[in-house]
Amino acid sequence: MNALIGQPINRVDGRLKVTGGAKYAAEFDMPGLVHATLVQSTIAAGTIIAIDSRDAEGMPGVLAVITPDNAEKLKLEKAGQEMVTRPLLQDAQIFYNGQPIAVVVADTLDRALAAAAAVKVTYRQGEAVTIMDSVLDQAYRPKHFRNGERSPDSNRGDADAAFDAAAAKVQATYTTPVEHHNPMEPHATVARWDGERLTVWTATQGIAGTQRTLATLFGVPVSSVRVICPFVGGGFGCKGNTWPPATLTAMAAQKVGRPVKLSLTRRQMYSSNGYRPRTVQKLRLAADAQGKLVAMRHDGLTQMSMPSLGEFAEPVGLATEMLYACPNVAVTHRLVAVNQGLPTYMRAPGEASGVFALESAMDELAVALKMDPVELRLRNDTDRDGHAEKPFSSRKLAECYREGAEAFGWSRRNPAPRSMRDGNALIGWGVATATYPANRRPASAAVRLNADGSVHVFSGTQDIGTGTYTVMSQVVADTLGVPLNRVRFLLGDSAYPPAPTSGGSTTVASVSPAVQAACAAVRQKLFGLVLADPETGGGFTAADLSLQNGAVYVPGRRLPLAQVLARAGVESVEAGASSGEAEGKAGYSLHSFGAQFAEVRVDPELGEIRVSRYVGAFDAGRILNAKTGRSQLIGGITYGIGMALLEATETDAETGRYVNANLAEYLVPVHPDVPTIQTIFVAGEDTQVDPLGARGIGELPMVGVAAAIANAVYHATGVRVRDLPIRLEQVLA
Amino acid sequence: MQSFSYLRPADADAAIAAAAQPGKKYIAGGTDLMQLMKDDVERPAQIVDLDALPYTKIEAGPDALRLGALATMSDVAAHPEVARKYPVIAQALLASASPQLRNMATMGGNMLQRTRCGYFRDTGFACNKREPGSGCPAIHGQNRLLAILGGSGHCIATHPSDLAVALVALDTVLELRGANGATRQVALGDFHKLPGDTPHIETVLQPGELITALVVPASAAARRSGYLKVRDRASFEFALVSAAVALDLDGGVIRDARIAMGGVGTKPWRLPAVEGALRGHQAGDVAFAAAAAQAPEGAMPAVQNAFKVKLMQKTLVRALRTVAA
Ligand SMILES: Cc1cc2nc3c(=O)[nH]c(=O)nc-3n(C[C@H](O)[C@H](O)[C@H](O)COP(=O)(O)OP(=O)(O)OC[C@H]3O[C@@H](n4cnc5c(N)ncnc54)[C@H](O)[C@@H]3O)c2cc1C
Ligand code: SF4
Repeated sequence: MNALIGQPINRVDGRLKVTGGAKYAAEFDMPGLVHATLVQSTIAAGTIIAIDSRDAEGMPGVLAVITPDNAEKLKLEKAGQEMVTRPLLQDAQIFYNGQPIAVVVADTLDRALAAAAAVKVTYRQGEAVTIMDSVLDQAYRPKHFRNGERSPDSNRGDADAAFDAAAAKVQATYTTPVEHHNPMEPHATVARWDGERLTVWTATQGIAGTQRTLATLFGVPVSSVRVICPFVGGGFGCKGNTWPPATLTAMAAQKVGRPVKLSLTRRQMYSSNGYRPRTVQKLRLAADAQGKLVAMRHDGLTQMSMPSLGEFAEPVGLATEMLYACPNVAVTHRLVAVNQGLPTYMRAPGEASGVFALESAMDELAVALKMDPVELRLRNDTDRDGHAEKPFSSRKLAECYREGAEAFGWSRRNPAPRSMRDGNALIGWGVATATYPANRRPASAAVRLNADGSVHVFSGTQDIGTGTYTVMSQVVADTLGVPLNRVRFLLGDSAYPPAPTSGGSTTVASVSPAVQAACAAVRQKLFGLVLADPETGGGFTAADLSLQNGAVYVPGRRLPLAQVLARAGVESVEAGASSGEAEGKAGYSLHSFGAQFAEVRVDPELGEIRVSRYVGAFDAGRILNAKTGRSQLIGGITYGIGMALLEATETDAETGRYVNANLAEYLVPVHPDVPTIQTIFVAGEDTQVDPLGARGIGELPMVGVAAAIANAVYHATGVRVRDLPIRLEQVLA
Repeated sequence: MQSFSYLRPADADAAIAAAAQPGKKYIAGGTDLMQLMKDDVERPAQIVDLDALPYTKIEAGPDALRLGALATMSDVAAHPEVARKYPVIAQALLASASPQLRNMATMGGNMLQRTRCGYFRDTGFACNKREPGSGCPAIHGQNRLLAILGGSGHCIATHPSDLAVALVALDTVLELRGANGATRQVALGDFHKLPGDTPHIETVLQPGELITALVVPASAAARRSGYLKVRDRASFEFALVSAAVALDLDGGVIRDARIAMGGVGTKPWRLPAVEGALRGHQAGDVAFAAAAAQAPEGAMPAVQNAFKVKLMQKTLVRALRTVAA
């Protein structure tokens, strides 16, 4: 029964959100709550000689000034590779400008802020390297690439020899800047200790990870830590880890023996929870005269912090390995350490930066071949992943290009640069491919059927603004045959059955199978009650029964749930279930695809670049909610427009400090930057990923956007911009 | 942010008396001041709220437009006489900030908003304007947004206002009121100071002195005027380069021209040489290009903002073309 799945259902939490009823981490209040703020370093490298907090401690309302001198010693030795263990006030070393070096706690936020400004720090300044490009020769091999599951390099055939011998070739270097996630909701944590038990209300994409990290660092059992996060005001990756502010809030709460809140300022959001690292990518592509790729080489250098903070390697070359048919492919990933914080995942990590380079180079290759860029992609389409050496479970890239080109009117394109105009404006049309892996991880859920016909479903997943509440409620309603308004989906609490971090576009594909399984289990249990009762079940088997609209149908008879439960003497029926990895993981390569079509208008004299039309066509399996699904596409494409034309965090080379750490000077698209976006879902479902055939779509739609726009800018102006963001001075005639 | 006290005087003289003391700061719309206080850049011990003062009127007379210092950006932009007789002002306002900010922000506050230089707004950096003598990291650092004209070895920060660019082109005069009821008038062109070796002193305002009104003389040129703002983002961004142009045309001949530019100067940048080069010439691309070529005279570009030299000329030509048409 699929009455609701796929429908453009409104968000079930929409009313709560627009009326202010949805409670975000910073909004949790409780008796005795006090406020913390961070003191941050103003140098990028060195050591703290002394922190003089006497004045601050004497100020009104101040409860504690926590510094490396008096901070609780955390159990760092037990922390795994994925936990952020530095800087947590455990030592006096400075690794980056803006590093937290003290926490001030006071009875009001204002008093905490005033006291923080009175903390005096003396440093021994060390030698800082702040700009990656000055030390590219010191690049090193990542030690834990993809959690150590594979090598950072891959090689098939002989890319260099094939390149040298090829008819058409392109060789170029592309760069992408440091970018910050800038979710609307800044990170916030409220922490409270009750004896050995810790409860945190925190803005996180992964409650289970936060629970595990805090338990490890504070040396308490995982079961003693409860993490609550009913709503997240956007994360885009920066709330995926348990970053120092969350841990330090728990430390502060322990120190003062009261619940503590720490909410980051917008400026602190640039120094506290990761960023998309700068990349310098060298591409070499070669094709035969027919446009068949014969060689691809992608050498990716990405920015890293000092290695003692951890490791994050932006996997820029993974798409190059699998996107097209090509016998000779070489990919390397290297890191370049600078005195900056630890980078992290940001919407489509790897693909967003890597596909910008790859798909720009493909466009350059099309120019070199004098071939239509869509045609070039189609000639290299394949149903096999040459790297994984497996067939794709489902790949509809050609359909994406066909449907997208049709909607966009691609056939009317004059291929010559600067050939299309509207009045004075130069018009450019560009395309690029999108791809993102279809990820799924183990998850679990529990379902409770109540006597009144309502259903409560529990899963320790998150809704990071993508619509988990809504989509999972649809899945429950359809699976159990109950109306949507009788379903209550509860998430964001580590007391619920565990589910994975909401990252890598995994939530729908991971959680829906668990929810479906739990629904099936509870139905079976319910039917068991009916069958066990000779009065109702006599002579029937489960196959004879059905559950619809709050009643069990036995042939010739309708048994309302309340009646079934009353007869069995129970108040509700509950069941839980877990689900595993993708069904087709072993045999197939699991990916989503898309085709991005951008039109730009460029002012020929002033250089202003605006995106004026956009079409994105995507092969993303089955779409569970046409409305929230389209929202993801629009949001992802808008994120891509920002990446192409606006976003960059600017570092002062001398001090390693960010100069535009605010939303007035760090530019993200505003309404007039975003044209009407036409989105197309190419029909299909991929049951190799999960039983519903759905794949995640949080990241796919932003992949390739920057390349499509850069390619459109080239078509409009004849200027090939290989460094993001594309700014007017780069195309100014 | 530092703790501060709050005062809301009932009349101008009480406000001026209060604000003449050190550590006091007027607050009008608060859209700039609050942000600077939150960032610890401004640390007043007391803020003196101008809310109760009667300077919100917009009076469009035959000879002049008189804007009360507390009139909001939205009200001025929406005033029909402003749009009709001084289009450059309405256009500059509507290209500024966002509707929410314009609803709060005032004329006086707009003249006194501080630079957007990222070093100035972050106390983790040195900055001569914020801490005299500490140095100017922007000159060799991130300076794409900063000025190519009017800078010194001590500071190259732009004055960020759009409105001030339009007003300075139209020969606006500020009415100021000081201690003991003393009033004086200062031409907007003389109001802001070049940074020189005292970039922290930005205007000729005396301690406690209050801007009460901005008076814009009516003119034929003001009627044929316009504002062009060039920026990375289509809206809600300060100018990379902007041009305020007012022309009085006699047939096709330029009788009078008033030109000022934003995003390029350390103060709202009037361009008398360009005006002189236009006067008496036939309006058209030839005269516009020739005059615009003089716009960057004296420019001292840094590494990242060198593109403004060319962009400023192209922007000016486009604005002249639009206004002349
Ligand atoms: C995100 C953002 C984007 C913006 N974009 C633009 C833009 O594109 N273009 C643009 O022009 N501006 C822009 N602004 C700036 C905005 O226009 C100014 O903040 C606003 O005009 C200041 O007016 P206010 O009344 O709020 O001043 P306040 O913040 O109240 O005061 C500013 C200063 O003026 C002083 N002051 C105020 N009134 C008087 C008076 N009558 N006499 C003496 N002193 C006085 C105060 O003491 C204070 O020092 C932007 C601001 C923000 C925050
Ligand atoms: S340009 Fe001026 S405001 Fe900017 S850092 Fe230098 S002195 Fe400070």
